[in-house]
Amino acid sequence: MTKEKRQILIFLFFAAAVLATPLFLKGSYFLNVLVFIGINTMLAVALNLLLGYAGQISLGHAAFFGLGAYISGILTTRFAIDPWQAMGLAGFCSAGLAFVIGFPILKLKGHYLAMATLGFGIIMYITFNETVGWTGGPSGLSGIPNLHIGSLIFDNDWNNYYLIWIFTLGVMLLSINLSQSRIGRALRAIHDSEVAARVMGVNARVLKVQIFTVSALLSAIAGSLYAHTMTFISPVAFGFNFSVELVTMVIIGGLGSIYGSFLGAAILTMLPELLRVFKDFDIVLYGLMLILITMYMPGGLISGLSMLAKFVASKIRGKQSNA
Amino acid sequence: MDNSSQLAQYILSGLSNGAIYALIGFGFAIIHNATGIINFAQGEFVMLGGMLTIFFLVFLQLPLVPAIALAITLATVVGIVFERLAIRPLKNAKPLSLIIITIGASIFLRGAAMLIWGKDTHALPPFSGNDPLYIAGATILPQHLWIFGISILIIILNKAFFNFTITGKAMRACAYNSYAASLVGIDVKIMVLLSFVISAAIGSMAGIIIAPLTMTSYDVGIMLGLKGFIAVIIGGMSSGLGTVLGGLLLGLLESLGAGYISASYKDAIAFIILLLILFVRPEGLFKKKETQRV
Repeated sequence: MTKEKRQILIFLFFAAAVLATPLFLKGSYFLNVLVFIGINTMLAVALNLLLGYAGQISLGHAAFFGLGAYISGILTTRFAIDPWQAMGLAGFCSAGLAFVIGFPILKLKGHYLAMATLGFGIIMYITFNETVGWTGGPSGLSGIPNLHIGSLIFDNDWNNYYLIWIFTLGVMLLSINLSQSRIGRALRAIHDSEVAARVMGVNARVLKVQIFTVSALLSAIAGSLYAHTMTFISPVAFGFNFSVELVTMVIIGGLGSIYGSFLGAAILTMLPELLRVFKDFDIVLYGLMLILITMYMPGGLISGLSMLAKFVASKIRGKQSNA
Repeated sequence: MDNSSQLAQYILSGLSNGAIYALIGFGFAIIHNATGIINFAQGEFVMLGGMLTIFFLVFLQLPLVPAIALAITLATVVGIVFERLAIRPLKNAKPLSLIIITIGASIFLRGAAMLIWGKDTHALPPFSGNDPLYIAGATILPQHLWIFGISILIIILNKAFFNFTITGKAMRACAYNSYAASLVGIDVKIMVLLSFVISAAIGSMAGIIIAPLTMTSYDVGIMLGLKGFIAVIIGGMSSGLGTVLGGLLLGLLESLGAGYISASYKDAIAFIILLLILFVRPEGLFKKKETQRV
């Protein structure tokens, strides 16, 4: 079986597992957690396109998430626009902003790019907080309508789970397809050495902006979904801390790995639950995880798992040949 | 308050904030020039300076000067531990990894501060009382004079160290070309450690002298660190006059913008300045354009 076919097969297994899970979890609180894991996975995969494939760091990605959520929220509450159309507009506006800002920002490299995206993220956060007339400011925006298809309203955990995860699976499939394509190879080339890629004919400047725009679009759609399932949003969820959390998810899962992003999203979403007693330890743990994983397991937990699998397989083979 | 005294007040607070940004910027510049990395955790050294001093002052009932000295020492120790554990093992890592590690360290230090001291804001008592002076219509608190005085002292000591001492010149040699420096017998590892020591000390001092004016808490490090970074970007990553001017410029623009345009967007103004500089002139306002080997 070719590598591409094997990736599609793995994906189908994963999708089947995702779609079958609620059947085993009827009415459980865990279903609600899984909805959040779905949204975070979508965001982490979107960021991974930029960070893992193209190697461009963004410490302000929560801004696009927030922009999508607020545009959706404002259009549906103040202008009574249909939620699906609002989602489309939210995605379009965020993509537009990313495209415009992408050209100057992606000329920067390394630390400067990190700081510029950080600054952009903070500017957006301050805007969310201060334009009280539109966004409701720190008290948030409430009364956002649920999405619906005909008479099927997405207002409970069961429906929301499938709504979110169908989108997330779509995004994951998109990323797998992208990584196997010419564009994916070009992005990885840019990651390794931008100059070498440009020498080989890759239009790095435009490609970086394009992937930045796609990443922003997907994050905005995630934001819109978030707004319509939560029906209430406030700026707190879209600040610098969440941007760092997204980067942490991608890093500990594994740069460039789709399932790694899922793993990272799952771990970080469940961490506050697991640490319920030691709630304030979460920040310290994020920092430690970032440092330790980057130092000792740069490929993320996914690479750790595959190393473990190979180790176990070689032990089994060793035993079989000895027997 | 009439217009000219209002202007004078904005200029005063802008300059005093700017001096702090310049000091924090020195920290960034010194580490960057010695190692090539940007230490995202620089802001946390600033935070540690203020918080540790309050801790020693309030809980251990130490007098002011020993509390300050102990706080700076402890912050420097944290810097050394950070360099040893997280930076030294990864001298040859990808730039992305180094960025992530310093971000991770910044988060870790912030989280640890929150665990130890909680989320409250604390106030450091002013060094010499609260009686204001009135110059040109602006109210100058004694703390402002301390800020200017200590900043000027640190700037002069900095310049003297890097230009007139052997160690300082050795550090500059490392910044230009660490391989060549090691060939002439300079121990680059010690220079790197020293850069962290100096940056942590200056950073924590900056945090201490601003703490009486603007309360301090576990998360002041982010904003102060970022603004120090903006100052050093404007100044072209220099550990001298460029960063000082960058810091003062940033402080002034921020203060005037907050006063005349909008106070709640004060931080946004600083970051818009950052984006403008990075887009238009990333090598800073005071440097010639550099070329880089590919």
